[in-house]
Amino acid sequence: MALQSLDIVRRSATTTAPPGVREAYTGTVAKLIDTTKCIGCKACQVACMEWNDLRDEIGSNVGVYDNPGDLSGESWTVMRFTEYENPKGDLEWLIRKDGCMHCADPGCLKACPAPGAIVQYSNGIVDFHEENCIGCGYCITGCPFDIPRISKRDHKAYKCTLCSDRVAVGLEPACIKACPTGALVFGTKEDMQQHAAERVEDLKSRGFERAGLYDPPGVGGTHVMYVLHHADQPQLYAGLAADPHISSLVGLWKGASKPIALAAMAFTALAGFFHFVRVGRNEIDERDEAAARQALEAAPPHNAPPGPGAPPILNSPHNPNPDKRP
Amino acid sequence: MSDTERRAILERYSSGERTNHWLIALGFVLAALSGLALFHPALFWLATLFGGGPWTRILHPFIGLFMMVVFLPLAASVWGDNRMQAADWQWLRHLQDVVNNREEHLPEVGRYNAGQKLLFFVIGACLAGLLLSGLVIWRAYFSLYFSIGVIRLASVVHSVCAFVLICAILLHIYAAIWVKGSLHAMLRGTVTPGWAWKHHRAWFRQISHAAHPRTRPD
Ligand code: HEM
Ligand code: SF4
Ligand code: SF4
Repeated sequence: MALQSLDIVRRSATTTAPPGVREAYTGTVAKLIDTTKCIGCKACQVACMEWNDLRDEIGSNVGVYDNPGDLSGESWTVMRFTEYENPKGDLEWLIRKDGCMHCADPGCLKACPAPGAIVQYSNGIVDFHEENCIGCGYCITGCPFDIPRISKRDHKAYKCTLCSDRVAVGLEPACIKACPTGALVFGTKEDMQQHAAERVEDLKSRGFERAGLYDPPGVGGTHVMYVLHHADQPQLYAGLAADPHISSLVGLWKGASKPIALAAMAFTALAGFFHFVRVGRNEIDERDEAAARQALEAAPPHNAPPGPGAPPILNSPHNPNPDKRP
Repeated sequence: MSDTERRAILERYSSGERTNHWLIALGFVLAALSGLALFHPALFWLATLFGGGPWTRILHPFIGLFMMVVFLPLAASVWGDNRMQAADWQWLRHLQDVVNNREEHLPEVGRYNAGQKLLFFVIGACLAGLLLSGLVIWRAYFSLYFSIGVIRLASVVHSVCAFVLICAILLHIYAAIWVKGSLHAMLRGTVTPGWAWKHHRAWFRQISHAAHPRTRPD
């Protein structure tokens, strides 16, 4: 989603400061997903399709309520259903709205090699600018939450924009508007944390002692947060990462090693140049030719064409047919 | 035929080998330039050479495969001449003399010197690494068969192999400029007897069937 009206704090594959004089003085934004209130109606999925004009291919039932079965270039949010049998033997239906978490420290942006294909606005939203995307999929490699998808239609990467276009003009994301139970709320991150704290307190008073807010510090916190009944076991919610962070392999791949490697390549080329300047070329002179001639006369090559003045063209294991030489 | 050409010449590379070598060189330059475009933002402008970012992303793996395919026949033909021998390790111990153009102190060199042999193996190893990791990170066709951990590892392996290969080839290119006559050998196929005598004496003796006086223990 391309947009000029928001301010950029980070821009993929860009080594100079992005335009960011205006700051989010009123605080960054966040979406709070209260899994304890979600009834799995998928109104948010529909609202997302509608607002973003997305129509995924009609798939087939994969045996669970998840529909579609996974995120795709045309499905930016998916409800993931988990049937969990708690220690008391009761069934709990855990429903998590999956989609981009809008990490404060976004692995997708750090991995992206295309300048400006991924930006992070000062309000916290991480947005893909598909017109700059080259379709390499590095963002998928970098994301700790397995979110971005390359569309089969245009080979560009897509994911939830947090409705950056709506937020830019003071509206809340489409999914928030559609949610009938108030499981989805949107506001400043601070307000959302406060609201979550109230929710967690309420849940604790109702027997969910481990209820809590999911705002993982490993990625610097996120601008999409969850209220979980079992905050001590996020994995229960369709494999939500317990301690997400940018993989150390991605750090190695995209970190300081890159400029160091560039410098080392430049140094290798320069080393050659300065060897040339200081030591110079390794040339043969008349003495070498004379010595070689002497050796040749001492033991003439067999196969050499006879006759005075004819060049002794030599047989070599790599030229079985020396007569072909000029 | 000019006077210099009328002088004795030795064939070092056949036209087939030369064609093969320059096809690899072409593949390497294109693969390296298109890969480097994605390697670091400072080099993203290289993507322009290939028609922009998406085309660079599309073309690079095919160019890489091309290089891999044309490398195989050359590898097969020079494999035997590139086995490290005792004299090669001795040659390497004299690296100081090598870089200072003092060949008098070196053991006699066969068709390839130890530096060329090591380069050959470094290139071979890097290309194998690039091929395997390149397939894993090839989003359009193959990444879906691998777990995210393997893809991340392959991304690192691909970058490291590309880096080592590029450095090795830079040295290789400089060596061709440095040792006068080498470039001609690969362009036109021939060297003078003096060149072979100075730089690859054991090879010179072998192909000239000259007596093989051992003046030095290997
Ligand atoms: C079998 C051969 C090869 C295959 C299949 C392959 C495949 C790939 C793929 C899929 C990418 C990701 C970008 C894209 O989707 O286009 C890539 C990146 C890259 N490739 Fe290759 N490649 C091969 C050979 C080479 C060679 C010979 C070089 C030469 C130096 C090279 C250097 C690079 C570099 C520098 C990158 C960027 C790495 C990074 O982003 O850190 N590749 N390659
Ligand atoms: S969840 Fe993944 S795609 Fe979304 S901002 Fe974080 S790293 Fe990027
Ligand atoms: S596919 Fe992802 S990493 Fe690659 S250019 Fe597009 S947004 Fe960037």
